[in-house]
Amino acid sequence: MQFDNLADFFAMGGYALYVWLSFGVSLLALLWIVLDSAATHKKLLKTAQSEQARQARIDAARKAKPINSESEQAGS
Amino acid sequence: MWKWLHPYAKPERAYQLCVTLQPYFLWPGILCLVIGSIWGLAFAPQDYQQGDSFRIIYIHVPSAILSMSTYTAMAVAALVGIVWQWRTAFMAMIAMAPIGAVVTFIALFTGAAWGKPMWGAWWVWDARLTSELILLFLYLGVIALYGAFEDKQQAGKAAGVMALVGVVNVPIIHYSVEWWNTLHQGATISKFDKPSIAPEMLWPLLIALLGLALFIAAVTVMRMKNEIIRREYHRPWVKALAAQALGDNHAV
Amino acid sequence: MNGLYQGIFKRDIALAFRQRSELAQPLMFLLMVITLFPLGIGPGPMTLQKIGPGVIWIAAILSSLLAMERIFRDDFWDGSLEQYMLSGLPVSAIAGVKVLVHWLVSFLPLALFSPLLALFLNLTVDMYVALMLTLVLGTPLLSLVGAIAVGLTVGLQRGGVLLALLLIPVFIPLLIFATSAVDSAALQLPYRAQLAIIGAMLLLAMAAAPFAIAYALKVSQN
Repeated sequence: MQFDNLADFFAMGGYALYVWLSFGVSLLALLWIVLDSAATHKKLLKTAQSEQARQARIDAARKAKPINSESEQAGS
Repeated sequence: MWKWLHPYAKPERAYQLCVTLQPYFLWPGILCLVIGSIWGLAFAPQDYQQGDSFRIIYIHVPSAILSMSTYTAMAVAALVGIVWQWRTAFMAMIAMAPIGAVVTFIALFTGAAWGKPMWGAWWVWDARLTSELILLFLYLGVIALYGAFEDKQQAGKAAGVMALVGVVNVPIIHYSVEWWNTLHQGATISKFDKPSIAPEMLWPLLIALLGLALFIAAVTVMRMKNEIIRREYHRPWVKALAAQALGDNHAV
Repeated sequence: MNGLYQGIFKRDIALAFRQRSELAQPLMFLLMVITLFPLGIGPGPMTLQKIGPGVIWIAAILSSLLAMERIFRDDFWDGSLEQYMLSGLPVSAIAGVKVLVHWLVSFLPLALFSPLLALFLNLTVDMYVALMLTLVLGTPLLSLVGAIAVGLTVGLQRGGVLLALLLIPVFIPLLIFATSAVDSAALQLPYRAQLAIIGAMLLLAMAAAPFAIAYALKVSQN
């Protein structure tokens, strides 16, 4: 340990503001990018699930009323 | 010879690879960053000229070095994608862009915070800071271009071309700015560049560098997983994945 | 083959001259931006001479960004670009022709305009000669590199600001070397080194850009 006590360590020889600001902002930035990536991951999985559920509902509806879907195909 | 690589061009396999790799990058990366920072902050000897303010070096230099390497890695991925038509290479490229921009921002911010006690100003048009700023613009350009396209396949290719144009420019920018700097300010204070560094100062720096590199790799892998899902979300394997991760309560 | 390229060349020139106002607007913009500097900074002859080269080059880059889209925009939206790409001619060569036309219609007038700008900003004759040389060597670089970004953004509805964001950082080295050449000329120093570097960048762009533009256009056409 280069510092005599904890207070000295936090004072950083008078450069506390600059040193702790640098380390703090860097920590926040790195934390943010990890959290953002994780949150996006979750959101995408949810989107995937709801989209596929929707697709499944559409398919089920098509199967339930085959006449309707045929007329749709003829129309399109 | 390269055949073993080809399965990873398939999104599902690439996803599995990302899942496997993520813990090996993330935790050692965080560990190294913590060790490097604590060692650098508390145990490395003081610089005799700059006092304790020099401890900013333990984040500034790794982030400055890796901001450039990440951009280069992006360009390599883009080249692989364009030449061999690998879709996953474009995904890797765009996964690297945000973390690269964040690292560049860190290099800029810590440079400014270091500059204040050393130069007496938060911002000095120093050669290194200026080229980091331009590098940040290049990153933001690639991200903005990617975001502008609806079709992410097309977006990846477009952003890839821009990353390649940028990487040709990075060395030119670097040297032109350095040259411009010496032209306009004479001999600037460039203690910043190479403090003749003692081994007990160097070790924590190398550890922090390794840690940040692993951390960047980890974030890249995380974001690459996202990119793969974004383009494949109608596939059955994504459905199984979502069901596994979120629980099957949404199922109809 | 040659005839086809000549056809594209003639057609583009004719189209450019039919839209005269679009041709003149970037030049007017350039003139106005340059007028702003003495008003904003002060009309001291020495001040103007000091900032002059930088001002002219920055204004040239900004005004070129305004007109840059024109390289491919109309051809993209009316479908003739698609026709060119289906014609079987190498797309890179067609892109080269279009870049050449763009340079002729937007930067040649700028070079003709430059004596007026030099007078406005109190440049000496030596500085003016250096400025002309940097413009001649540097503006083709703007067209070539700009065309890559235009190729990428041409399919987007609102590509204008994005184009500027992409291109400004890429043009910084050119700005540095060009202004420093004119500064050297002001001090009666040799500036061949700067010109050589700009020339080298231009050659690099001439070798690589047509292929990048061709790829970019293919991406845009999807």
